[in-house]
Amino acid sequence: MATKKLAFVVRSLPYKTEASRLALTHAISSQTVEIYLNDGDLVEASVSYVSDGVFNVLKNQQGGKHYGITTNEGHAKNTLLLDLKVLVCKEDLDKFGLTEENLVMDAEDIGGETKANIVPYSEIQKEMETADHLLFC
Amino acid sequence: MGKLTIGTFSSLVGSLSLDFSVKLAEAAVKKGHKVDFWMSGNATMLAKKGQKAFKDYSFLSKTIQELIATGNFNITACEACAEARGYHKEDCPDGFLRKSMDWYLASTFEADRVLHIGGD
Repeated sequence: MATKKLAFVVRSLPYKTEASRLALTHAISSQTVEIYLNDGDLVEASVSYVSDGVFNVLKNQQGGKHYGITTNEGHAKNTLLLDLKVLVCKEDLDKFGLTEENLVMDAEDIGGETKANIVPYSEIQKEMETADHLLFC
Repeated sequence: MGKLTIGTFSSLVGSLSLDFSVKLAEAAVKKGHKVDFWMSGNATMLAKKGQKAFKDYSFLSKTIQELIATGNFNITACEACAEARGYHKEDCPDGFLRKSMDWYLASTFEADRVLHIGGD
């Protein structure tokens, strides 16, 4: 029985490429990975938003209206609904003039109990150091 | 010998990152390692048969088939990403698998190293 920690580090803009969306959908797929593993083994994913990646957690995204697709906001909310650990880099938010008010910080409206954490980069560094594998997207 | 899991999102022809990923896999297999190679997003175009070689574009199919023949190389495309791009199981070259994203995460479980080539 073992748990492997995967740290997804989202650093790319939403919608410009598919990378950040794929980071979120891959992280969410950690919820069904047991079908491939031995009993008791787990893969635990966390999601950290840094640099341009912080734009993925902006509220009121209009992906549906403009592109006819689900929003990265919705995927971000699903990571919280599924109790994944979510970290957002405070320094990068400050750089863009963004605050907690601008961001998806919880999934309470769909029954989630976990909240996102705005943290200094040093905390994200710790998260990366304790992960078994890093996935930059 | 070890096991590597290599994941990539980068597109065929449009980016040389996919070529880099394949070269990395080739080097690892030649050293005797096992490699799981995962493609998501635009990278899934590598899992489309009928590709032709032109001197202006990279051509990875031959290398991939040689790697598959070693028995130490598994290559798997994200099924949803492929379907979204309009090609289906019957369009996949021999030896390629199609799975959901959790296959990739499961592959990382026993990997000694995970090399994730994100972006495009």
